[in-house]
Amino acid sequence: MEKVKNEAVIVIKDLVKAFGEKVILDGFNMTVEKGSNVVILGKSGSGKSVLIKCIIGLLQPDSGSIHVFNGNVPEMNEDELDEARSKIGFLFQSNALYDSMTIRENLEFPLLRHWVDIEKEEVDRLVSEALENVDLLHTLDMMPSELSGGMLKRVALARTMILRPEVILYDEPTTGLDPVTSREIEDLILKLQKKNHTSSIIISHDMNCVKNTADLVVLLLEGKCYTEGTYEELEQSADQNIKQFFE
Amino acid sequence: MTLIVRLKRFLNETGNVARFTGRFFSTGIKPRYENRELLNQCYNIGYLSFPLVGLTSFIMGLVLTMQLRPSLVEYGVESQLPVMVGLAIVREIGPVITALIFAGKIGSSIGAELGSMKVTEQIDAMTVSGIKPFKYLVATRVVATTLMLPLLTILGDGISLFGAYLGVNIRSVTSIDLFFLQVFKSLDFSDILPAIIKTLFLVLL
Ligand SMILES: Nc1ncnc2c1ncn2[C@@H]1O[C@H](COP(=O)(O)OP(=O)(O)OP(=O)(O)O)[C@@H](O)[C@H]1O
Ligand SMILES: [Mg+2]
Repeated sequence: MEKVKNEAVIVIKDLVKAFGEKVILDGFNMTVEKGSNVVILGKSGSGKSVLIKCIIGLLQPDSGSIHVFNGNVPEMNEDELDEARSKIGFLFQSNALYDSMTIRENLEFPLLRHWVDIEKEEVDRLVSEALENVDLLHTLDMMPSELSGGMLKRVALARTMILRPEVILYDEPTTGLDPVTSREIEDLILKLQKKNHTSSIIISHDMNCVKNTADLVVLLLEGKCYTEGTYEELEQSADQNIKQFFE
Repeated sequence: MTLIVRLKRFLNETGNVARFTGRFFSTGIKPRYENRELLNQCYNIGYLSFPLVGLTSFIMGLVLTMQLRPSLVEYGVESQLPVMVGLAIVREIGPVITALIFAGKIGSSIGAELGSMKVTEQIDAMTVSGIKPFKYLVATRVVATTLMLPLLTILGDGISLFGAYLGVNIRSVTSIDLFFLQVFKSLDFSDILPAIIKTLFLVLL
């Protein structure tokens, strides 16, 4: 792949986050360029979820900076955060669909919140379009409890995409899914990247997913960016810490 | 040692309650109001706990009357039965029982609901969608409870009195008109209002 320096959308510098005595992130650095997919690899419990929650402002880091669209997330006030969040999509590890609402209401929710004076027809159109993208239009009036795990993941993905975010953070989008469904989700991620020119951070342990989606792979180890490179570069590495992920 | 720890925990807890109240009045009161969610919660909290409150109140009215009758008969003031029962129910027992049931049922169900939303990241998802979870989830529930408890108390009082009426009628015959006439004559508005207001404050517990 040719190295063209693109505009950076997310720049993370010296990020430190600890819970009590336990230091999770310890001087983490990373840059995401516009239109690229960055995959974060790391053991379970290494702080990957913590990292992307810091990016969206759900967790306050102890020190360091996270520049997203030219604003530093830890220093933003409520309104600036809302503004930034409307441009960032977040796919939660546990889907986080509201289980007291139907699928339709789940999808409408972020729309009505971020785009306050949107027309009713427009909402309906966007909701159907988003569900159609994931082939689940027939579930419109069902409750989340009536769907399977894979379907829920796809609905969650639809909800994440509905605001047409410029940046999407995926927390383990394919974990626990069969290879066919995983493949579908990967294709969706790629399709989105092409169509809307979105940049994404993808957390994954699923090496197939990593191989198919990653433009850049970042290995998170002991709270630091241990190494970064393309999938092929890391695959060839002789370093034991890197190799163990590719076995 | 343990006493100090416990005292500290208790003080902490008290502090938290105060902070919660402060936060409720500072953020929950500001617009934009979550009207739809508020209505929803009124339905959940008020309507759905009505059967429980109703049943308990009914039984209470009935039993109270049956228990009181022998003592009153002893003093020969059996005719005062409706008055006594009516006063007891409307002034004290009705509000307290309703509030207790309410706190038990609603308190635990709200706790469980919010707890499960927390672990499944739904609360984080709300934050990301530009919603203040405190306002959307907590403030609406507090307001809904505050509105519903007085209503339930009034309904509960009514049902309780009906239970008492049946209780009176087990041994003797009184027409329903006469019974309620007697009860209401003994009550004036100043009995009812403070009791209802009392419920407003019980909510905050
Ligand atoms: N709110 C919190 N309070 C205290 N500790 C936390 C909190 N959130 C996460 N942790 C700790 O931070 C560490 C990293 O958690 P994190 O969820 O980021 O792991 P992860 O890399 O996403 O793992 P997985 O792949 O299993 O999802 C864990 O050891 C966890 O115990
Ligand atoms: Mg995680």
